[in-house]
Amino acid sequence: MTYFARRAVHSALVLLGVSVLTFILFELAPGEFFSDMRLNPQLSPQTVSALRAHYGLDRPLPTRYARWMRSVANGDWGYSFAYNQPVLPLIWPRAKNTLALTTTALALTWLIAIPLGTFAAIRRNRFADKTAVAASSVLVAIPDLLLALGLLILALRTGVFPVGGMISLNHSELSFAAKIKDLLQHFTLPVLALVMATLPIFFRHVRASMIEVLALPSIRAARAHGISRNRILIRYALPAAANPLITLLGLSIATLLSDSLLIEVVMSWPGLGTMLLESIVARDLYVVIGAVMQSTLFLLMGNLVADVLLYLNDPRLRGSTV
Amino acid sequence: MSKTAKAAMLLLCLAYGMAIFAGFFAPYDYAEQDREHPFAPPTRLRFVDSTGKLHVVPFVYPWRSKENTFAEYEADVLHPVAVTFLVKGGEYKLLGLLSCNRHFLGVAAPARIALLGTDGYGRDQLSRLIWGGRISLFAGLVAAAVALGLGMLVGSVSGYFGGVVDGVLMRLAEVFLAVPWLYLLFAVRAFLPLRISPSEAFFLLVGVIGVAGWARPARLIRGVVLAAKEKNYVLAARGFGASHLHILLRHILPQTWGVFLTQAALLIPQYILAEVTLSYFGLGVAEPVPSWGNMLGSLQQYHVLASYWWMLAPALALIPVCWAYYAVANFAHERLEFLH
Repeated sequence: MTYFARRAVHSALVLLGVSVLTFILFELAPGEFFSDMRLNPQLSPQTVSALRAHYGLDRPLPTRYARWMRSVANGDWGYSFAYNQPVLPLIWPRAKNTLALTTTALALTWLIAIPLGTFAAIRRNRFADKTAVAASSVLVAIPDLLLALGLLILALRTGVFPVGGMISLNHSELSFAAKIKDLLQHFTLPVLALVMATLPIFFRHVRASMIEVLALPSIRAARAHGISRNRILIRYALPAAANPLITLLGLSIATLLSDSLLIEVVMSWPGLGTMLLESIVARDLYVVIGAVMQSTLFLLMGNLVADVLLYLNDPRLRGSTV
Repeated sequence: MSKTAKAAMLLLCLAYGMAIFAGFFAPYDYAEQDREHPFAPPTRLRFVDSTGKLHVVPFVYPWRSKENTFAEYEADVLHPVAVTFLVKGGEYKLLGLLSCNRHFLGVAAPARIALLGTDGYGRDQLSRLIWGGRISLFAGLVAAAVALGLGMLVGSVSGYFGGVVDGVLMRLAEVFLAVPWLYLLFAVRAFLPLRISPSEAFFLLVGVIGVAGWARPARLIRGVVLAAKEKNYVLAARGFGASHLHILLRHILPQTWGVFLTQAALLIPQYILAEVTLSYFGLGVAEPVPSWGNMLGSLQQYHVLASYWWMLAPALALIPVCWAYYAVANFAHERLEFLH
């Protein structure tokens, strides 16, 4: 277990590093939330400087950082100027929406990629495989922005799916079943965009590692023993191919979160990405820091989960490194 | 070189060539407006006229607005206009130096041609696409040069000297890699002024992308340097008393060539997309100077997105560009990275 303790401490240190980095960037920033107020003739310079003092912006960087750390300990994560309330209660509902979107998309991507990749590996260099590989290389080249915009056009033109957002305006009046249906309808397009953005990479890796595993002597031996093909695939090939895929899972969380930011904003999904962009435009810098920290936290947690999965899947790890 | 790689290289040369000589290839200036023709659909090149006669030189029917409508047009079949190569048009500076007024393709004024339609101000979408390529394609290239330059410097110093320097630099890289890429990019952008002039914007974006992106190439190059510095000929050179700088430049950095090229071919499209994303959200290059990102920005209005498909042209242009870079990256990865 010491291995995981070490990893957790390491993650915490990285998170600390990210917070220091964002604060240094913050310090270098020429403008801030209150700079525009100075241009407002109705506000006296005294009022503006009093406001700045109230939020502690007149203090030097180390003091501000210490204050912020204290507010993180309190569960506030700093203070939003634009919303005039602590950052965490603002960010957390948004972060949950992003989490819901990305985990659904991730699960769906794996559910499609594993059978598809395995199938392509079995039929290597035959028509179905070549088609799938060609399709994936085209899909890789399509920018996420175009995917999201294309799906939005679909929504606008057909009217089957809602155009952006997470719930309808009348959501609170709906019955329970209708609420679920409403949510699912709003989920469909952003999830679809995310799946299309991440699927080709996963598919290629599943295919490559399946091809490698299927060539192993152990699989040949299993086949020679007359074990059925499906049983070989599920019982022997898949666990053997899983290691690089779990590593990929950890690495892909970063891509997934990035893709999600773009898709959220384009499809007006009320997630962390939309919040980040809104706060950048409003120069609400503590919210920017909060959103960046939250996304980093997701990424680090995803990596930890991947580590645990790797540990569970690969007995070799349990003896040596752990 | 494989056929795919050749085709990809050709495509990239074509795209960058058109961007460099944007004034020549674009029929009009990027800011030239035609308020009578907002959102005009693409003009079709025709060879057969309304009487069924075949023409060798293509011609177009210019758009005429339908009476009492907004942005609805019909082809003016009574006034066909011949398309001419090397047509005389608006003045521009070739490569920023030579004054010139010949355009690759166009029609004689006052008729106008819009092969990719027009935007909300009646500006020719094709011209803006070509001029915008100048910003977007080169932003990717220069940003990749910045990121790879920083990565090369940090990676080689870190890998070669090791010790505390290595420890500090690599911990810093870990911090940069721990933030999801777009979040990092937006965060770095967040702390800079929002409203800036287009020429400042280019360098600002390139700087922001480069600073956000140095960590991955640095780690990869460090890996290559670590392996290279244990090679016998490097040890021999050191034994003969060669200086650190000489060893780095003469013996070690040439080994990173394959990784460098592969990374470049992967990072450039990623950074082109980064510029497009930032400009799309209004955090990059501002109007009237076109970039592929801010051209797509008008699609944030749903009526534009739903009705005028040609406004998607910059996003569609990204597909072949990205495809070509990935093909080159594949080639570089297979052929160059394992040479040493």
